[in-house]
Amino acid sequence: MHKLLSGIAFLSLLITGCSNSYQKDSSRLDLIKERGELICGVSGKIPGFSFLGINGEYKGLDIDICKSFAAGILGDSNKVQYRPLTAAERFTAIKTGEIDVLSRNTTFTLSRDSSGGNGLSFAPVVFYDGQGLMTKKESNIKSIEDLENKSICVGSGTTTEQNINDVFESKSLQYTPIKYQDLNQVIAGYLQGRCSAMTSDRSQLAAARSGFKNPEDHIILENILSKEPLSPASDGTDNKLADALRWIIFTLITAEEEGITKENIDEKVKLAKNNPQLKSLRRFLGIDGGLGEKIGLSNDFTVNVIKASGNYGEIYERNLGKDSNVPISRELNELFKNGGLHFSPPFN
Amino acid sequence: MKRNKGIIFQLIIILSFISIFGFLINNLIINLIRTDLGFNFSWLLKPSSFALAEHALPYSPSDSYAWALLIGWLNSLKVIFISLFLSTILGIMIGLSRTGKNTILNIISSFYITIIRQTPLLLQLMFWYFVGFLGLKNNFLYFSNLFKINNQGIEFFGLSFTSEFSALIIGLSVFTSAFIGEVIRGGIISVPKGQWESFRSLGISESNGLIRVIIPQALPAIIPGLTNQFLNLAKNSTLAIAIGYSDIYAINDTIINQTGRAIECFIILLFTFLILNLLITNLMETINKLINKKKIYIN
Repeated sequence: MHKLLSGIAFLSLLITGCSNSYQKDSSRLDLIKERGELICGVSGKIPGFSFLGINGEYKGLDIDICKSFAAGILGDSNKVQYRPLTAAERFTAIKTGEIDVLSRNTTFTLSRDSSGGNGLSFAPVVFYDGQGLMTKKESNIKSIEDLENKSICVGSGTTTEQNINDVFESKSLQYTPIKYQDLNQVIAGYLQGRCSAMTSDRSQLAAARSGFKNPEDHIILENILSKEPLSPASDGTDNKLADALRWIIFTLITAEEEGITKENIDEKVKLAKNNPQLKSLRRFLGIDGGLGEKIGLSNDFTVNVIKASGNYGEIYERNLGKDSNVPISRELNELFKNGGLHFSPPFN
Repeated sequence: MKRNKGIIFQLIIILSFISIFGFLINNLIINLIRTDLGFNFSWLLKPSSFALAEHALPYSPSDSYAWALLIGWLNSLKVIFISLFLSTILGIMIGLSRTGKNTILNIISSFYITIIRQTPLLLQLMFWYFVGFLGLKNNFLYFSNLFKINNQGIEFFGLSFTSEFSALIIGLSVFTSAFIGEVIRGGIISVPKGQWESFRSLGISESNGLIRVIIPQALPAIIPGLTNQFLNLAKNSTLAIAIGYSDIYAINDTIINQTGRAIECFIILLFTFLILNLLITNLMETINKLINKKKIYIN
C-alpha cells in the first residue's frame, strides 16, 4: 500500500513538474515578430476612437495607434488583429497574454500602472480627456448640485465609477448610480429616462451625442470631474515591449513637431540622406545613430510608423477633427508649442 | 482476479484525477507568480469607494470590499428567493393548465411555454428591462400614492422596487415558470390513467381528485426536476449584470476591475454559489425523502 501511495505521489509530481517550463526572459516583442501579427485590444464601440465602419473595418484614433504599433514593430500597418474587449475584460486580457497591446481609451492611473495593482505598463498619453456629465436640456440640470438625489447612468468597472463617487462624496451629495457593463447600455438607460444624467469621459459623451437623433437636446456640463489621460498599455513585466511602444508614440508626436507627414515623409528621408549636417533629422529617421536597434526595432521604424497613419496631428484630424463624424476640439491635445500637452523627449 | 482488475481500474481513475488537478493547480500557481498576483485576500478590508443603488443593509462607499460583497450577496438572495417563489406558483398554474381539460387555457399555456422556452434568457431580461420598464412613460400607471408603475420602477403600499429589480424578478420568474410548468405536466402525466378513472368512478370531483389523488403520486417525479430548475434559477440570476442590477456578480466585476484580483474574486463567487446550490439541493432532497417515506398528502 505504501508503495502504491508513493507511486501516486511520484506520478503526480512528474506530471505537474512538466508544465514548469515558463521562461521569464523572453519578451513579447519577439513573439509578435515571430507571429508576424500584432494583437490589439480595442473597444470597438466608441465612434472616433474605435468603431466598426460600414465596410467592416475598424476605424478611429485607437485603431490608428494600433496600426502605428504594427508599422513600427513589423513594418506593416495591416498586420493587426483586433480584439474587442469590455472595460472589465481588458486588464485580464493583457495579463493572460490574450492580447499584446491594449489600445482602448484606458486611463493611466497609479493602481493600474503598479505591480501591486493591475501590473500594467503605460505608453505615453494619446488623448487627454476629462470626465463629464451629460443631461437633457429640458431637465434644466446645469450643475452637479442640481443632480442631488437623482440617478446617474454609469459604466461599471471604470475609473468613471470611482470619480463620480468621489465628487459626490466630497460635496456631501447623495445620488443613485445605475451601473451597466456596456457603454451602449449606459446610453440606452440615459435616453430612455432611467437616469437624469449619464457620465463618462467627455470625448465619449461627445461621441455618443453625435449618434443621437437630436444632439442639440443634450448638454455636456461645464464641470470636469477628473483628469483622464488615455494611454495604450502593455504587460508591466515586459520592459522591452513597453520601450518600443513608448517610442512609437513619441515618433508620432515628434513627427508633428517637425512637420513630417504621411505625404512628405519620402522627401524628408531623401533630404536627410543628402544633407549630412541635418543631424537630428538623420537620427530621427534612422539614417544615423542606430536608435531603433536599442529598443529592438529596425532603425527606420519611425519612417514606417509615419508612412502608416501619419503623425499625431494627422491621426487626430482624421478621426476627431472638424470634418470628422465626431468633432472634438483639440485643446489639451495640441502640441506643447501650440498650448497643449503633447511633447516628445528627444530622439538621442 | 476480477476484483483485482476492478481495483486497478479505480486506481487509474484516481491517479488521472490527481494528475489533472495537480496540473491545473500547478499551472495556476505558476501563472500567478508570473503575473505577480500571488494569493492575497487583505484587499477585502479596504474601502470599496463605489456606491450602490440598492442595499438591504446600510452601505456607503467607505465600507470595505467584503461588506460590498455581502450586500451584493443579499441582493442576489433577494432576487433568487422571490423569483423562486413566483416562478413556482406561476409554473404550477401553467402545468395544471396544460394538463387540464379547458381548451383555451390549454392553448394559452402551450403558447406561453413555446415562446418562453425557445428564446434566450438574456434577451428576455433585456426585453423586460429596456423595452418593458424603460419604455414606460413617467406616469404610466398611477392610483393615488398606493400603486405606481413607471420607468423608475414599481411602488405599492409604501414598498418601492427599482425597475432593474422588477425587470429581473419578472424575467427570471417568467423564464423559469415555463420550465417548471413542463416539469409539473410531466409529473402529472406519469400517474397512470387508471388513477383518474378510479377517482372519477368514486364520484370525487375533478379538482379534489387532482389534489388528493393525482398530485401526491406525481410529486416524486416532480421534485427532482424542480430541484434542477431551482438550481438553474440561482445561477441564471447572475445575468443581472446585463440590466444594471447590483447582484454579487456585478459587484465582483467592479471589484476585479478596481483591485485586479480576478482569481480571488472568482473563488469567492464560486464558493458562494456552491454553498447556496448545495443548500437548495439538500433542502429539496429532504422534502423528497419525506414525501417518499411518510407519503405526505396535501390536504
